[in-house]
Amino acid sequence: MPLRTTAWRSSRLVAALCLLTLVLAGCSPEHYPQTTLLPRGDFARIADDLLDTTVKWAVLVFVLVEGALVYSIFRFRGKPGDSEPHQTHGNTTVEIIWTVIPALILAAIAVPTVQAIFLTNATPKADALRIEVVGHQWWWEFRYPEYNLTTANEIHVPMGRTVSLHMGSADVIHSFWLPQFAAKRDVFANRETRLWFKAEVVGEYPGQCAEFCGIQHARMGYRIRAQKPEEFQAWVAHMQTLAPKPPPAAKPAPVPKPAAGARSDQEVRTASAGATVQPVAGQGPDYATGEKLFQAKGCVACHALYAVNAPKGMIGPNLANVGARSYIAAGTLKNTDENMARWIQNPQVIKKGVLMPNLGVTEPEARALVAFLRAHQ
Amino acid sequence: MAAVAHEVPHGLEHATATGLDSRKLAIWTFIGSECLFFAALISNYLVNKGRSLVGPFPHEPWTSPTGEHFKPILEIPLVTLGTALLLFSSLFVVLALSGAQRGSRKALVGWLAATIACGVFFVGMQVYEFSHFVHEGLTLKTNLFGASFYVLTGFHGTHVTIGVIWLVTLWILAARGKIPPSKALNLEMAALYWHFVDVVWIVIFPVVYLIK
Amino acid sequence: MATRVLDQHDVRAVGHGEKTGLWSWITTVDHKRIGILYGTTAFIFFLLGGIEALLIRIQLGSPENTFLSAERYNELFTMHGTTMIFLAIMPLSAMFFNFMIPLQIGARDVAFPRLNAFSYWVFLAGGLFLNSSWLFGLAPDTGWFGYANLTSTQYSPGLNVDFWMIGLQVLGIASLAAAVNFFVTIVNLRAPGMKLMRMPMFVWMSFITQVLLLLAFPVITVALFLLMFDRFFGTHFFVPSGGGDPILWQHLFWIFGHPEVYILILPAFGIISEVLPVFSRKPLFGYAAMVFSGVFIAFLGFGVWAHHMFATGMGPIADAFFALSTMLIAIPTGVKIFNWMGTMWGGSLQFRTPMYFAIGFIAMFIIGGLSGVMHASPPADLQQTDTYFVVAHFHYVLFGGSIFGLTAGAYYWWPKMFGRMLNESLGKVHFWLMLIGFNLTFFPMHFLGLNGMPRRTYTYPKGLGFETLNQIETAGSFLLAVAFLVFLVNVFQSWRKPRNAPADPWNGATLEWSIPSPPQEFNFAEIPVVHGRDAFWEMKRERRGPLPEPARVSGRGIHMPNPSYWPVVAAIGVLAVLLSLMFLPHFGPLGVVVAAGVLFLGVFKWAFEPAG
Repeated sequence: MPLRTTAWRSSRLVAALCLLTLVLAGCSPEHYPQTTLLPRGDFARIADDLLDTTVKWAVLVFVLVEGALVYSIFRFRGKPGDSEPHQTHGNTTVEIIWTVIPALILAAIAVPTVQAIFLTNATPKADALRIEVVGHQWWWEFRYPEYNLTTANEIHVPMGRTVSLHMGSADVIHSFWLPQFAAKRDVFANRETRLWFKAEVVGEYPGQCAEFCGIQHARMGYRIRAQKPEEFQAWVAHMQTLAPKPPPAAKPAPVPKPAAGARSDQEVRTASAGATVQPVAGQGPDYATGEKLFQAKGCVACHALYAVNAPKGMIGPNLANVGARSYIAAGTLKNTDENMARWIQNPQVIKKGVLMPNLGVTEPEARALVAFLRAHQ
Repeated sequence: MAAVAHEVPHGLEHATATGLDSRKLAIWTFIGSECLFFAALISNYLVNKGRSLVGPFPHEPWTSPTGEHFKPILEIPLVTLGTALLLFSSLFVVLALSGAQRGSRKALVGWLAATIACGVFFVGMQVYEFSHFVHEGLTLKTNLFGASFYVLTGFHGTHVTIGVIWLVTLWILAARGKIPPSKALNLEMAALYWHFVDVVWIVIFPVVYLIK
Repeated sequence: MATRVLDQHDVRAVGHGEKTGLWSWITTVDHKRIGILYGTTAFIFFLLGGIEALLIRIQLGSPENTFLSAERYNELFTMHGTTMIFLAIMPLSAMFFNFMIPLQIGARDVAFPRLNAFSYWVFLAGGLFLNSSWLFGLAPDTGWFGYANLTSTQYSPGLNVDFWMIGLQVLGIASLAAAVNFFVTIVNLRAPGMKLMRMPMFVWMSFITQVLLLLAFPVITVALFLLMFDRFFGTHFFVPSGGGDPILWQHLFWIFGHPEVYILILPAFGIISEVLPVFSRKPLFGYAAMVFSGVFIAFLGFGVWAHHMFATGMGPIADAFFALSTMLIAIPTGVKIFNWMGTMWGGSLQFRTPMYFAIGFIAMFIIGGLSGVMHASPPADLQQTDTYFVVAHFHYVLFGGSIFGLTAGAYYWWPKMFGRMLNESLGKVHFWLMLIGFNLTFFPMHFLGLNGMPRRTYTYPKGLGFETLNQIETAGSFLLAVAFLVFLVNVFQSWRKPRNAPADPWNGATLEWSIPSPPQEFNFAEIPVVHGRDAFWEMKRERRGPLPEPARVSGRGIHMPNPSYWPVVAAIGVLAVLLSLMFLPHFGPLGVVVAAGVLFLGVFKWAFEPAG
């Protein structure tokens, strides 16, 4: 009797599992902005096609093997008083068959795998757009040597042109992951790693560091904007206006002590960072106060405010177009005035361990700084 | 059999499935495992070879940015002598073991002393070498050569030291006549270990001192 | 000559009459008692690791959750992984190695009983030391894999990494000492007639595990020493600013780390291979294929390590090599699964609790194996690595595999170990709760991973779609917790009843079922002589029926090793030496000398103590 209950229970379980699978299949990847299953770039498509091939075989094997398992659970259920079953020790033919068949299936997966390995490791064409990616604890720096531009936490790429990423790290290992476009690649302080892709669709998508890199690994997101070629060119043209003013004669601002964990080997460059850019947006009275505070509070020691000729090795993200970004603090907060004010006043509460210290900014000061930064579009 | 059982160690209580003494098999097993230990250390040395950012270097002279001149730091003749003595000690320990098995206490104690002397010379040589290098300005922190050199040869030296302590213990027992032929296995295990430590040095010596 | 026939007057029923008291446990060298010590300790660590997992699941139950701080979360996932691998699954396997290997090969103890005790005490010292970090709020926080250069003093200045590094080093010593011991035991202490190809499959898989331990652990030992020199003595092995290379750590770690995966799963393979034949009433299908597939898996296990590193960009040749070698492992693993099903095929399946867990193991392990093939393919893996897809995969292998297998073993051998039967109904409730809870917790992770949820993040923002599945997983994890509560209730209930287990409750095939439950100190009053595989089935067949219940005998005259406390002293010495290095700036070289003195005292007294 207990055996029968068992059988009934297992059949119910199988039904439940099937149902679960259906439900989960219903959670279509459209609901996940960071999904890898809707490739929007050629590299990601290669990975996805390969996954599809493997999944088809896996589902086939799964159904056959689990089916046989469930079948034998029912078919060979012992009953009380059963005599001892036939004592088989093995069967060479059967054993050879079930060694060879998996080998053939694996070969069917291995061939496209090896092809895809060489395809994805190929060097992109010379006309590819080169973008340099630098991982920092915990934000991303993007440099466009072709246009002499630097930006942070928001990477713009043109649709239809292959992008060649040359990547490194300012500190520990990170992993640059573009789920929709190009899978991921680790970045190191002592070697350059590469990845390439061609965006096939326009749109803005989230991405994120994928290698554990310390306390705020979770808050190391970024946005990718794939744009039509003309939009991208317009963005480049706009960014190229964000150039430094000739430095004013003012004395350099005091350098604030970076928060705990700041590194000695990373040079704090203040050289020409004191200069600010000609902002595009309208300027209120807060703007001027904010501009002064940006110097006085020492923000300028870690953040550059212009995209052209920006110095390398800055501790904090480039803020030339911070006013126009969708998120601040590496994907942590939506870029609203309120959030930005909160962030400026209390980064250590919002993102504990971040290298930006609490600088004792009051609420009115924060408002002024927001007005100043908001103008940096 | 039952009467003997009270005298022999547990592994021997009944004949083993292979006929091999369990303690001897254990030493072999341990040595097998140790091979991977030194393989990893030697790999580390080779991986870091030539990647030092600053000198002193093992085989090339180096002039520091401040103009200080450093000769190639390795002193091959001295280490060659140490190597030779260590190799001879492998022979000596075999002779000591043969003495123990034959019941010749004189051969046992004498050759064992020779083995120990070689081991002590080797360790002494290494102590001299290390302090000399530190004096020359090569420490663990200096560069990758210093780090991987000290760690590799240091771990080997530690093994030699442990071997010397083991052999000294046996020598004291032997001198008191406590290693009769029936207990020669006690020395044989130490001898196996000692041979292994020698063999490892045969790999380390060319890797570190001879291959440029 | 190998058998010892007792004086006939001594073969008479006696009571249990075993030594009790704390001191008898501290000084014990009996492999069965050490096995129970391993099991109890490991199960407590398992519960601890489980609680850590529940805290993680609560945190991830909702987006932007502040239940845990970032640093606490990082400590928890690091310690969850480290605990489950080194303090739960490995020592739970060690419990069965200890208790069952000597019984299954017909031996009175392991080859080196005091070394065995030493292994346990070193393991305990390492486990307590690792977890003591919680008391100081300095638990390791860089992941169980401790990737350089995040572990360098520059980026992890606290003692957190030191606790991890030294804890693992200590645990490695315990594993190595145990591996030497079991290797020699299996080679040398087999009963007459127990040829290699007659050994029970659990002994075979354990044997392969010992070889893996012996060859893999020295590599992590070296890696940890290098890290120790970086952190304590200022070398630059993994520090880029000094010319070092963080990728070297990854190679060393995974050359150890991948064989470690098989160290975790092979014992479970062995247990399943014991349980399935007994409850199918049919010998293991394809014994030789099972042995050689195990050997083959272990061998290949050393040639696949860099499949953990596809994202580092090793280039097409290395990627292709490691992809193919990894896929190759699927073949012997498939052979094993098919042979288990071949064992069930045509059998007369007895649905007792161990059988439930064994079948659950097969069903779940297949899923883990298939997702493994999916990320053997580097371009596809570049999307999956470091996402929840991988978390799903290895939990199907380590929980759906190892834990299901170990639980099957626990239900199967419980009567033998403790002389008490566990309740079948509660056992089945445990199984269903565990199966459902497990799948609810881990199956959705496949989807989360493919849909872009990275691992090791203490929280996730709203709007990425991760909420619903994470809620389901959190609910599932609590169901899993309930499953193990049911197990605890079962254990507790059986404890309160008198010993009721017969010697052979399942119609067992192997020698451990031929002796009383629980076994007496000397295991076998008479060393058995083995004439074939499934030795005990053979004996019963010869008698044409079940054998009479074996009597407990006085065993006077059987020579057993004496208890000793020197292994404990030596174990404390091992920990002390490493601690003195950790606190070198505080205690100076004198601390090292004192600690080394304790170690030497332990080892010397042990070496010169009469064995028995």
